[in-house]
Amino acid sequence: MSGNDWQAGIDVGGTNTDLILLDVAGEAFRVAKVPTTPEDQSRGVMAGLTAGGAVLSELSALLHGTTIATNAVLERKGARIGLVTTAGFRDVLELGRRTRPYNYGMFGYFEALIDRELRLEVAERMDAKGRILTPLDEVGLGVALDRLRELGAEAVVIHFLHAYANPVHEERALEIAAARWPNDYVTASARVLREVREFERASTAAVNAFVQPVLARYLGRISERLGAEGYGRDLLVMQGNGGTMTAPAAARQPVQTVMSGPAAGAIAAARIGQAAEMPDLIACDMGGTSFDVSLIRGGEPALSAEKDLAYGVPVRVPMVDIHTIGAGGGSIAHVDEGGILRVGPESAGAAPGPICYAKVGERVTVTDANLLLGRVDPAGFAGLDGRAGDDAVATALREQIGAPLGLDAVEAAAAVLAVAGNQLASAIRLVSIEKGNDPRDFALFAFGGAGPLHAVALARELGIPKVLVPRFPGITSALGCVLADLRHDYVETVWRSLGDVDTAAAEAILAEQARRGRAAIAEEGVATAAIDVLHEADLLYRGQSHVFRMAVPGPGFSAEAVAAGLAEQYRARFEIVLEDMTPVLANLRTTVFGRRAPLDLSRLGTAGGRVAGGATMRPVWFEGGFVETPILPRESLGPGDRVEGPAIVVQADTTIVVDPAARGEIDSHGNMIIVVGGDDDGQEG
Amino acid sequence: MSIDPVTLAVIENGLRQVCSEMDLVHEKTSFSPVISEAYDRSNGIYHRDDGEMIAQGELGLPIFLGVMQFATQAVIERRRDLEPGDIIIQNDPYLGGTHLMDVKMVMPFHYQGRLWCWLSNTGHWPDTGGMVPGGFSSTATEIQQEGLRLPPVKLVKRGELVQDVVDIILNNIRVPEERIGDIRAQIGALRTGEKRLTALLDRYGAETVDAAIRELKGRSARLMRARIEAVPDGTYSASAFIDSDGVVNEPLEIALDMTVAGGEITFDFTRSSPPCRGPMNSVWATTQSAVYVAIKHIFPEVPINAGCFEPLHIPIPEGTFLYAQYPRPVAGCAAEVAQRIMEAVFAAMGQAIPERLFAAPAGTSGNLALGGYDPEAGGYIMYLFSGGGYGGWWETDGLTNGCSSVGISKTQPIEILEQHYPLLFERYALREGSGGLGKHRGGFGVDYKIRLLRGEGKASFLMDHGRFGPPGLIGGEPGAVNEIEVSQAGERSVPEHLSKGEGYVLSEGDWVHVKTPGGGGYGPVEEREETLRERDRRRGYDGEG
Repeated sequence: MSGNDWQAGIDVGGTNTDLILLDVAGEAFRVAKVPTTPEDQSRGVMAGLTAGGAVLSELSALLHGTTIATNAVLERKGARIGLVTTAGFRDVLELGRRTRPYNYGMFGYFEALIDRELRLEVAERMDAKGRILTPLDEVGLGVALDRLRELGAEAVVIHFLHAYANPVHEERALEIAAARWPNDYVTASARVLREVREFERASTAAVNAFVQPVLARYLGRISERLGAEGYGRDLLVMQGNGGTMTAPAAARQPVQTVMSGPAAGAIAAARIGQAAEMPDLIACDMGGTSFDVSLIRGGEPALSAEKDLAYGVPVRVPMVDIHTIGAGGGSIAHVDEGGILRVGPESAGAAPGPICYAKVGERVTVTDANLLLGRVDPAGFAGLDGRAGDDAVATALREQIGAPLGLDAVEAAAAVLAVAGNQLASAIRLVSIEKGNDPRDFALFAFGGAGPLHAVALARELGIPKVLVPRFPGITSALGCVLADLRHDYVETVWRSLGDVDTAAAEAILAEQARRGRAAIAEEGVATAAIDVLHEADLLYRGQSHVFRMAVPGPGFSAEAVAAGLAEQYRARFEIVLEDMTPVLANLRTTVFGRRAPLDLSRLGTAGGRVAGGATMRPVWFEGGFVETPILPRESLGPGDRVEGPAIVVQADTTIVVDPAARGEIDSHGNMIIVVGGDDDGQEG
Repeated sequence: MSIDPVTLAVIENGLRQVCSEMDLVHEKTSFSPVISEAYDRSNGIYHRDDGEMIAQGELGLPIFLGVMQFATQAVIERRRDLEPGDIIIQNDPYLGGTHLMDVKMVMPFHYQGRLWCWLSNTGHWPDTGGMVPGGFSSTATEIQQEGLRLPPVKLVKRGELVQDVVDIILNNIRVPEERIGDIRAQIGALRTGEKRLTALLDRYGAETVDAAIRELKGRSARLMRARIEAVPDGTYSASAFIDSDGVVNEPLEIALDMTVAGGEITFDFTRSSPPCRGPMNSVWATTQSAVYVAIKHIFPEVPINAGCFEPLHIPIPEGTFLYAQYPRPVAGCAAEVAQRIMEAVFAAMGQAIPERLFAAPAGTSGNLALGGYDPEAGGYIMYLFSGGGYGGWWETDGLTNGCSSVGISKTQPIEILEQHYPLLFERYALREGSGGLGKHRGGFGVDYKIRLLRGEGKASFLMDHGRFGPPGLIGGEPGAVNEIEVSQAGERSVPEHLSKGEGYVLSEGDWVHVKTPGGGGYGPVEEREETLRERDRRRGYDGEG
């Protein structure tokens, strides 16, 4: 490494740890991919830095995406935590909101994140307006905290009813806990989420506490290792909202790191799309077992207010809105008892895996179908010991899929891909129309190992005209880490008719939120090019329960302007005018961005130069039969180069299929832009 | 015409997608919180000739599984005068309905100049008039007391809203200004369906889609038969009891003789109680739907269309309260009677295949309605639907605070209820000791106590399982019964009908205390693992911790 201002993005995924290094002033960059080390992710991170040739003392920023928080919840491997709550409400987390896991089937299983034994009550009560009905029993609180320590709780949640309206009891409880609790792992619900809805707030606070000791220890460990190797700054951690914060801040609010890896992927898609002048994207990340879809509008990923991490475990913090569909290369295809071909949601996963990974006799997957049709390179599996031959794959396809449907092996494989593509396209459509968008107004951004393999077919099915495949689809999340801004989100519930909102009070809330955001960014001490503040309001018409979020038209807060904005938004979305209804201001929100200096991505297109290498040929199946198709190494393509379909473009981390009707071109940033072309058959109205 | 497997799978997916998009638009634009928050709505596609279900949204409320088909059939029989662009509105329980609050719309869908199918939907309106706000009276003795009853009439004629009809409706219901929003939402959902279905037909051709629909129906029927063939042949009898009809304080019996033979099932309810005076009668459409939903809960993997009902036979239970005729009151049919019918089906199937069944769930919607006047904010109507324990099942203990078996709705957060209404929840807790004991224990009910803070209110209850707890399965014990206690000016009382009652006038400081049922236990309690007993004790689940 030369020069002394490099930045590194590292994304730790389930299988691989990906790294990208960028020279801020120059044009150089490097990428690396090493196996993730699940027992201690910091080893994989250090190995990745070494593999990428990073000199830690020359790094001006190191940004980290991590799955630790998400996985701790999914695998229930967090800390033993306790709860102190309002008398009469210890079971809020266990009762949930009267649901069941499946629409049909009166069964299922649920364990609350906090064991009932560790959920204690204390006398205190606010009313809905934040007036104290019962003062906080401070002695009782102390006794409860001591009892939780005896029971072995490492972290504790303080959750009081209506604390969003008046947090004074929670704040006092924090003071008492500061003197009595042996560590910093104390979460007050309104500090994490100052919003009405006791179960969702409790669950968010519980997730925070549950993952806090695990994440804090990890961040401490890796910061120490990095420091020992010469890195002199705070590690920056990716948040689920698509922004970053420092490691100490992340250790205080670990719930913000939930979904940080997928969020980084969406940020990268957004930035690459902006640079390519394609600001509206449907980003599709297809890996082995799952398919993550996110919408990007006007260059920014859509956010969601809430996500169910698992059944009965909602997290209500702003997160990049990622919809996970249970379909990937490993999805199993089968013919059901009614004779209908189905793909997924069952997946072969890494083990047993697709048949072509030497899993003879196992069930057919999407990857197997791709292999038989020549879409992926058989040689790509050559490194695997004892790879099953094409014959085994063909036999399995013929027996499991072909025989019950009256198809031969190739027809069966084509059917599997068609059905899988159709299901994915339907899911993508629902995701986009749920947000009020027509998918045809977007381009499809394909990443992950399997995304570019299916992208053109999906786009065709959806009527999407263009596909964007970035230069390095396999390290998109790591790239997103490097590109992310600092970001802090705040919310406060108001819950009043818009006409009754006191303008000065509303402006005071927004000003205080902005002040806290600016202070947080100043305290983090990361170089920023600018600070941006975004004020938003959640609104609904009295009687409704779905809120609409809109930017507060500045300057200041004007109820009339907000009401007009809501009416306009409603009309645009649903073609319905509701002039007689009463608008209600549910919440006020502020997001503060610390903009980091932009990095020039054009280097990805040209750096390293074009590697000479001609096309080989291979028969690949497209609609109608096998066609002798050129197989091009991605490294052989440079800006301005065109690829006419049919063609297969291969690179280390993915395979791009350009079908006969499509044609691709490499843009100045090294992206491959594919015009889907063909007739309008797939473009539904 | 034969149809290739890919096209078949893709059309199946496409039809489902049309319904999902209709559900989505309906839910997102509705004013009724019962629709937008509780998903109490359903959208589907029905056959042009016989009204049979072609597809229905998987996220629609379960109880509408059969009902929508019957409602569409009622329109086909009675309205032969429909033109493109017309939309029918109806809520008549005796014409393929449930209770009056479920308002259906049915639209003829034309493609290339001919009637191609029907698009229908239903949404639960918070009010349709009648003697109590919300329509859930527990003491009505004739349908006229329950609300406005609409026969199939044109709400939209050739694309234009028929204002006369809208005016009649709005003049007869409470909070009319929000209902116009619901009417628009419901029409909007049908229009979405129209657009999407047209696109599907344009793409694959009407003939191909028709062929696919026939094929899919046949396959669903085969799939259901295959499931039933795995159930040992025989006749299984089971009964479920409703506490009372709300007027006459005697239990009502649902007596089921279920015969499994040759891949088909006959559900004979003819030994059940006669029609009742109070609103616990069930109309024929709801009775049949309840059976369908119960079977779908047992075999959730069978795709929904008219085919899966083919092997299920339900002889008309003439002369029973499960075949209610005009003018019998029916407010409790969808929320309560349907759940008891399902309980009887679960119990009968539990005898046949206990290895894939569960003990009885709480099985009541736990409806508390409170209407009143808040001196700080004006008049209000609140509905609180509560969950209860689910039965223990083959793998483990039952879920706590599960939703009713006919619904999928969430409860409102306590903090939101306290924002809207002059109430204080003194507790909202897991009801200890309520799960039926067994090898796998039943889940727990809820224990809540609400105090009125200001003004005056009137409470009514429409719940069940107050007399008998949800039964256990294969030796498991029943869950705890539903309990209600009311305190008025320091005077405590329990409703005479245990789980039902209305007209409880509450003043400042008065309270209501409700404990909902736990689920039944699965298997003998002697077989329960010691580690689980220990864990339950530590957690205080037994009420002694």
